[in-house]
Amino acid sequence: MEFPEELKYTEEHEWVMIEDDIVTVGITDFAQDSLGDVVFVELPEVGAMLEAGKSFGVVESVKAVSDVYSPVSGEVVEINEDLPDTPELINTSAYEDGWMIKIRLSDTAELDDLLDADAYQAFVDEQG
Amino acid sequence: MRVGTSGLQLNEKLIFEHSDPGRRGYSLPALDVRVATLPPELVRTEVPGFPEVSEVDVVRHFTRLSTWNYGVDSGFYPLGSCTMKYNPKVNETAARIPGLAGCHPYTPETLSQGALGLMYGLQTALAEISGFSAVTLQPAAGAHGELAGMLMIRAWHEAKGNKRRKVLIPDTAHGTNPATAALCGYDVVPIASGGSGVLTAETVASFMNDDVAALMVTNPNTLGLFESDIVKICDIVHAGGGLVYCDGANLNALMGIARPGDLGIDAMHFNLHKTFATPHGGGGPGSGPVGVAEKLIPYLPKPMVVKNDQGYGLDFDRPQSIGRLRSFYGNFGIMVRAWAYILTMGGSGLKQASEMAVLNANYIRARLEPVYNLPHKHRSLHEVVFNDANLANDCHTLDVAKRLIDYGYHPPTIYFPLVVKGAIMIEPTETESMETLDEFCDAMLAIARESQENPDLLHAAPTITRVQRLDETAAARQPCLCWNPADFV
Repeated sequence: MEFPEELKYTEEHEWVMIEDDIVTVGITDFAQDSLGDVVFVELPEVGAMLEAGKSFGVVESVKAVSDVYSPVSGEVVEINEDLPDTPELINTSAYEDGWMIKIRLSDTAELDDLLDADAYQAFVDEQG
Repeated sequence: MRVGTSGLQLNEKLIFEHSDPGRRGYSLPALDVRVATLPPELVRTEVPGFPEVSEVDVVRHFTRLSTWNYGVDSGFYPLGSCTMKYNPKVNETAARIPGLAGCHPYTPETLSQGALGLMYGLQTALAEISGFSAVTLQPAAGAHGELAGMLMIRAWHEAKGNKRRKVLIPDTAHGTNPATAALCGYDVVPIASGGSGVLTAETVASFMNDDVAALMVTNPNTLGLFESDIVKICDIVHAGGGLVYCDGANLNALMGIARPGDLGIDAMHFNLHKTFATPHGGGGPGSGPVGVAEKLIPYLPKPMVVKNDQGYGLDFDRPQSIGRLRSFYGNFGIMVRAWAYILTMGGSGLKQASEMAVLNANYIRARLEPVYNLPHKHRSLHEVVFNDANLANDCHTLDVAKRLIDYGYHPPTIYFPLVVKGAIMIEPTETESMETLDEFCDAMLAIARESQENPDLLHAAPTITRVQRLDETAAARQPCLCWNPADFV
């Protein structure tokens, strides 16, 4: 299972890519593997205001429906338009084509709460 | 003897594909009255696609389809949290008594005393079983009952001028609970139950504040564990100005043993289609009565069935009521079945049902625990949650469930509750004999052995069914839901 070094992570199994004040968010390889085949994705609208720790969308697999939580607060500036029709991108390319939303950060201090790849790997190992 | 076997399976087409122009299932005598005249634009000469079939075509069609079904009347159905207990046939006989089956909802109260008396008797019995002050029978099923309960809790807060916005829900609650809270306009605050699988009073205290309207718990919870801190938890929530809703889906573990109303719960729904042996699932409909503590009585849906000097009546004069929730008075035919069940069981019989349900689940637990991993070791009640952690050779929960079909069983609930990875949630109910439980456990143990010796059997399962393993992913991603005659030319 792969957790790229350049990304940050949450204990809710989202990954975060930081580029200046825009962060891209998706779910981790561990999350997609636990969920199994993803069959439905619900994303917020562009312009929606998100609060860190609050649910911003839903990922449904053949096994379960899970909320996806926003790692940071801010405004949704872009969503992955391909996901609703091809939700399998989350399984086949969790960190690239399977990205979910881009958020314009409103509080950079929230980034300090995120885990780095090693810390996330340790968290996942602990989960069994 | 293995329950699952092979046999002759009859194929069956869609009813539309049986259609043959001009074929009829009836013949009428020649017209001997004047032909009615209708405006031509209102007369259809043809209904496109309407199947033209004979009586025997229809009877065979539906009889064959029925043989593809698996129900609690055909075999063991250990679907966790669903309480798929056997539905005694005497309940069906009661529901078909002509005066009850044919009772029109607009019948005046004076002419429907028997039906109203039955509803009054049922709501009184449910109140006694649960320890609540009053019960409404209106909600059509469990989630509808949750909605009724949470609307009453909201109305109670609003009447006091409270503007609380949050509802606390532990991760071992039923999945419908957060949906209900959200539908009532509340923000859901999930609470992690922690390693023990039980919610602690300390945890609730740390979340409780003056923005919390209610806590929603399921007790016993979805791990089959009794929330042993429940009395303290209710005290904490009440002291903080909130109310406690209990999802009563797992009441089958508690009848005659503990009463949620006595524990401090303010509102709880019953699932008559679980605990009270009325048909569940496609055989429903459901019925989700709600019991409430004294303080919520003014907010109960209207009308309420009441007993007065003239006998039984419907009380519409309830100014603080959350209003009507269902056309007429709820799913009356289901109430008849539940009432018949309660009367035939009696108080001691209901208690024995709960005791046997817990015993049966613990018997399965004891037989399977040496082989299947049991993530939560606390003493469980009416259901038990294993997972696939002990299985090797890339065999997972889904494979065990599919292989159980080959052995002749409806699979248990899988991948729920979400707090257990790869959950296998087994609820046998009290209606199964020790022989049935042993056969099922033998099958589960045989499957575990197969996963060691011949894992392909699990990966390919089910193999002796009419259709083999379905591509669930494709079915969800590209569902084909409409029959189109053009596709069958």
